[in-house]
Amino acid sequence: MNVLDLSRWQFGITTVYHFLFVPITIGLGFLVAGFETAWVRTRRERWLRLTRFYGKLFLINFALGVVTGIVQEFQFGMNWSAYSRQVGNIFGAPLAIEALLAFFLESTFLGLWIFGWDRLPPRLHAACMWIAATGTLLSAYFILTANAWMQHPVGSVYNPATRQDELVSFAQVLFNPAQLVGFPHVIAGCFLTAGSLVAGVALWQVLRPGIGEEHALAFRHALKAGASTAIVAAVAVVITGDTQGKLFTTQYQPMKMAAAEALYHTAQPAPFSLLTIGSLNGSHPVFEIDLPRLLSFLATGNWSAKVAGIDNLQQQYQAQFGPGSYIPVVPVIYWSFRLMVAMGLLALLISVVALWVTRKGRTPAHGKRGLWRKLLILSGIALPLLPLIGNSFGWVMTEMGRQPWLVYGQLTTAAGVSANSAGEVLASLIVFTLLYGALAVIEGGLMLKYIKAGLIDEPLPTYGPGQRGGGGTGPAEPLHLVY
Amino acid sequence: MHLSDLWFIAIAVLWAGYFVLEGFDFGVGILLPFLSRGDDTTRRVMINTIGPVWDGNEVWLLTAGGATFAAFPAWYAALFSSFYLPLLLILIALIIRGVSFEYRGKRDGARWRRGWDAAIFLCSLVPALLWGVAFGNIVRGIPLNAAGHFTGNFFTFLNPYALLGGVTTLALCTLHGALFLALKTTGELRQRANATAAAVSLVAIVAGAGFLAWTGAAYLAPASYGGAASATRAASVALAALAAVTLIGAALANRRGREGVAFAANAVAILAAVGSLFTALYPRVLPSTTSLAYSLTTANAASAATTLAIMTVVACVFLPLVLAYQAWTYWVFRKRLAGPPPATFATLAMPPSPTAPSAPRR
Repeated sequence: MNVLDLSRWQFGITTVYHFLFVPITIGLGFLVAGFETAWVRTRRERWLRLTRFYGKLFLINFALGVVTGIVQEFQFGMNWSAYSRQVGNIFGAPLAIEALLAFFLESTFLGLWIFGWDRLPPRLHAACMWIAATGTLLSAYFILTANAWMQHPVGSVYNPATRQDELVSFAQVLFNPAQLVGFPHVIAGCFLTAGSLVAGVALWQVLRPGIGEEHALAFRHALKAGASTAIVAAVAVVITGDTQGKLFTTQYQPMKMAAAEALYHTAQPAPFSLLTIGSLNGSHPVFEIDLPRLLSFLATGNWSAKVAGIDNLQQQYQAQFGPGSYIPVVPVIYWSFRLMVAMGLLALLISVVALWVTRKGRTPAHGKRGLWRKLLILSGIALPLLPLIGNSFGWVMTEMGRQPWLVYGQLTTAAGVSANSAGEVLASLIVFTLLYGALAVIEGGLMLKYIKAGLIDEPLPTYGPGQRGGGGTGPAEPLHLVY
Repeated sequence: MHLSDLWFIAIAVLWAGYFVLEGFDFGVGILLPFLSRGDDTTRRVMINTIGPVWDGNEVWLLTAGGATFAAFPAWYAALFSSFYLPLLLILIALIIRGVSFEYRGKRDGARWRRGWDAAIFLCSLVPALLWGVAFGNIVRGIPLNAAGHFTGNFFTFLNPYALLGGVTTLALCTLHGALFLALKTTGELRQRANATAAAVSLVAIVAGAGFLAWTGAAYLAPASYGGAASATRAASVALAALAAVTLIGAALANRRGREGVAFAANAVAILAAVGSLFTALYPRVLPSTTSLAYSLTTANAASAATTLAIMTVVACVFLPLVLAYQAWTYWVFRKRLAGPPPATFATLAMPPSPTAPSAPRR
């Protein structure tokens, strides 16, 4: 493999891996903050137990999100230096602002939250988690701004003298229409992910034989909160995804959407493909089952509209950009799209069922050993995983679907790569993959351990006011060891 | 002054802030096996002195990286792709280190914790050393061709000057960590930290003086860069002198048991040393040893004015805010840590494991 392929593999692996932790962090931060606020307001202990329980899962997950995030910022320069050199004016700014506005907020206030139980007043302690969660949201906005610019470059102009894209309007970059539809889609996906995690774990706990009444009641509340979050978020994912799809089909990246539908020839009206088996190189379909006119409607809102096909777009782009292939790997895009949608819908379905079977204090099939009960337990285990898979396929679709472009219509991926040696990149690819694999095993083991441990009836926090005594020369205080 | 000069200063400040802050938490990690003498509670006290702040400290690095990307894309691109393998090592160390802090207390078991503690030591030592090697090479220059591509290899970085830079940052971080521990703990650990600081300060003074003197003698910006360079050459030498004086001051204050003064003086020494290196560079940002003409400078590596102006506004609004709430965190956790621990809520976060029913750990 050459440097380009190796660098792409590395970016793909490290980014998909990083984004396993990110959506949990974003969504779960708000849910944990909500649990803690419920505790502070009601003083019902179950909310404190839930705060502590899901807070631990949050922290185990957050650790890996942080450390894999450092790689993300560094590898634009390490592996994509030609790209960085050309686009730093526009792409670098949101990254710098993300660090300044978001990363400091997250890290500082999480530090306060972890270590501050005995030192901060209750409301302030809960506020720390709200602030940290807001930080994750800000972080998402800025990094997705940067990505939206790659998908649909606006607010910039290429200066041939400096060979750089230069900023014309930062407001246009920040409020890029691709961002305004993309950001809600991703954030809704984050809440679907976190809601599913909370609900899935809670469902499994509620169904656990021998769980105490009080803990079961606490997890019923968590189940309700998690499943409701997941359901609302899933609907939002569908709506925002549909809006995004229409915008990209009709205006920004028709090729990506044509590939997602394996629509080779422009059609009016266009059918929706239920199943297309393509040739191995993805150049033409071999077997298709279609629903007539549906794609026209999905892509444009009009049942008889024209939808551009891959082959026609290829001709058009060759005329526009010069010779070369402008077709992404069709089978990957087609199946990523379908798997993304399927995972999201399945998570929605399970969340609805989980809410239904526990309605009004019911306990599903308690004591029974039937198939239904086993299926529910299995659903609880599967639920947290489904959105993670869906998110990953979503990114695979949107990033690989943009190929061969790195910045759509302006810079190809092949032109953006660093002049590293293949050996260097192969070394880093192997090291990252092995390290990330090992960390995944450790992280997964810890998650399972704490999920299985369930709620813990610890003593209540002392909530020191944190204002006594002087500085470093004052009397020592009792040891608060968290790590 | 051009905005690009302002951003050169801003990036120098971010790096200086990074070394002052993460410097002491690297130091605590490096000293972990030596000052704990195998006692787990002492290790936990040491790690908990930096527990609430190390992650926030590390964000200074990310901000420095992001600011370089935005303000000097060509610098960011050349720097990060040239230092590919050293940065890979640093990244791996930072990844394992961050996970180690968070995960070491998450299982009950001596082997589990010993493993993570070894990782904390090694992964604090490697970046503390390699950042110095990297900065030595930045100041010294690396072989860049006309296109800004690196033409050397990994061994290009292993020259005596840069290695001395690595020893310097390693010694400074270790000293900074020892002074921090002396300030933040009590009893025997405090005394050990004090004694260690006294010993390490000698190494830091010798290595630091040698490195800064070598910088001043051989690697200041050449006179061909004109008036601006001559002013910064003088500034670089003055900052190096300030670093030396405050470093010696830190060592003396430590001997007299003035822990707050010692830590503050060492922080100033680190700030001044980083300042000295950046002023030695100016107006270059990454010198080319191949040809003076291929060097990247604040002028030829900078972003256009629009980006710099926007970044300036954002930094002026938000950097004071960040400084304020980071300072507040240090205020909240300002007290010394002592052992052994009574049961407090924060310590009771770990679920009872089958073998140890009431393990007080998160």
